[in-house]
Amino acid sequence: MALPAILAGQLQTYVEGQPLLVLPVALLFLGALGFGLGSLISKSGHPTIAGVPYPVYVAGGVLAANAMMTAVGESTWPVLGAIKWWRQYEAMLATPLSVTDVLIGHLGIVLIRAFVASSAFVIVATLLGAVPSLWGIVAIFASLLVAMAHSAPIMAFSATQDKDTGFSLLFRLGATPMFLFSGTFFPVEQLPAVLRPVAYATPLYHGVELCRGLLAGHPAPLPDLVHVGYLLLWLVAGFLVARFTFRRRLVV
Amino acid sequence: MSLSVTTDTGDAPLIEAHGLTKKIRSFTAVDGIDVSVRRGEAFGFLGPNGAGKSSTMRMIASVSPPTGGTLRILGMDPRTDGPKIRARLGVVPQLDTLDGELSVRENLVIYARYFGLSRKVANARADELLEFAQLTERANSVVEPLSGGMKRRLTIARGLVNEPEILLLDEPTTGLDPQARHVLWDRLFRLKRSGVTLVITTHYMDEAEQLCDRLVVMDGGRIAAEGSPRELIERYSTREVLELRFDDEDHAPYAEKAEGLADRVEVLPDRLLLYTDDGEKALAGIQKRGMNPLSSLVRRASLEDVFLHLTGRRLID
Ligand SMILES: Nc1ncnc2c1ncn2[C@@H]1O[C@H](COP(=O)(O)OP(=O)(O)O)[C@@H](O)[C@H]1O
Ligand SMILES: [Mg+2]
Repeated sequence: MALPAILAGQLQTYVEGQPLLVLPVALLFLGALGFGLGSLISKSGHPTIAGVPYPVYVAGGVLAANAMMTAVGESTWPVLGAIKWWRQYEAMLATPLSVTDVLIGHLGIVLIRAFVASSAFVIVATLLGAVPSLWGIVAIFASLLVAMAHSAPIMAFSATQDKDTGFSLLFRLGATPMFLFSGTFFPVEQLPAVLRPVAYATPLYHGVELCRGLLAGHPAPLPDLVHVGYLLLWLVAGFLVARFTFRRRLVV
Repeated sequence: MSLSVTTDTGDAPLIEAHGLTKKIRSFTAVDGIDVSVRRGEAFGFLGPNGAGKSSTMRMIASVSPPTGGTLRILGMDPRTDGPKIRARLGVVPQLDTLDGELSVRENLVIYARYFGLSRKVANARADELLEFAQLTERANSVVEPLSGGMKRRLTIARGLVNEPEILLLDEPTTGLDPQARHVLWDRLFRLKRSGVTLVITTHYMDEAEQLCDRLVVMDGGRIAAEGSPRELIERYSTREVLELRFDDEDHAPYAEKAEGLADRVEVLPDRLLLYTDDGEKALAGIQKRGMNPLSSLVRRASLEDVFLHLTGRRLID
């Protein structure tokens, strides 16, 4: 019942932060790799990868990877902060809201922020000529699924932490390698054979494939269904675990 | 302020606990307490740090499940009806949980929204409560830089957005300067007069005496005594107390010399307390016996004396 209220409440709190802070970084990647490196590639005689011009290829990858990064940022420090530094969760749980409401509310905020970040990115990428068709709009929504599929399990993890040291590890050993090696900038097939299964198992790989296909304007229904299913699996499993770790942490 | 006092529970206690227990792992923070709070009264938990007051308050607030005993709030069981109970409670936690980045007003409006109130109602409530908390002028200030007293008043105002029947206040004035405390007490008196049931924890005996109609003295997770401040003082203390300080490291020998001059003598590290209904007379006796205290003071007995008598320790160390 109280969900619209939470969103209304939290919207103000969180949108006043700066969801657009991630945009410059995303654009740097698009500029340096998509257009910079892309101009080299275009002279190589193979200006496309799987039929996609390199700037578009990179834009699709960065759209997904950026959604993931937004999710990681929004699901780590803010969650631990709401638990123990600023204790917004304690304040919320003194009202009729349940732990599940609070969790869904926070996921809703991540969704909104990811939406702002992805939309801004797609708009700018369109202006730069890296989005060939209106499928770009659908790609924005696909990137939201990518954000949620990462946000839920990371929230589950954050609620088990006492200090923020685990988050640095998560960034260095989880998010950054995924950002670089899940097919964002080059096909996973280029990876050494032993690493390929790891890349396929990451939710980001499926997010990148999904977003890129849509952004480039030629989605592939069957593989995309698999990608969506796999991302949903992470979302649902992450949500269930998060509900458990949130309860264990907050109801004492 | 308008209040909605429902009468569905009639004269039944608003809060009723039997053998209420909270274990945290192997540690027993609340050890089987019996409490009953009636509508309209100001009920207190007086006890030192670590007595189990906050643990009790969190169980009553229906955010912390009891590990033993029974607890009924507004006739409902927190285990199954938590959200319904919380909808009718106001909570002022020991440590403020305000959103420091938002304005005073936004803190109220957003919190009201958590109770499912419409934006219109939330805004109207916020206006009323800003007035009540004497924060109207600061409505648009960001919370973080406000004084401790203002933040506390805002937390109380926030606890009232849902027009609760019971307001739970966990150490409402700890850390505030005397003037801010008096402003806050004045607000609480007003609330009480308007019919809100107050449940207060404190380790200040003057706060308990000022605010509470009835209280329990809590120590080590247990209830040591229960009654009105006056009843407790009558039961566990004499009317007056003579305090004596001597120029000596050890006050114990003076207690022996004072034998018979008072109903009871307590030795503290820095002074002697003589419990008697006539302090001046006891002081005359002291002087007659040739004892020369550095200073002497005759005062009325307080809840501090009750606590000392019940536990052998002082409330604030
Ligand atoms: N989460 C916790 N983990 C371990 N011990 C706790 C926890 N919460 C409270 N305690 C212990 O329980 C006792 C009662 O605490 P509390 O209810 O906060 O007392 P009070 O509010 O009267 O100071 C204290 O000794 C405290 O250390
Ligand atoms: Mg406490």
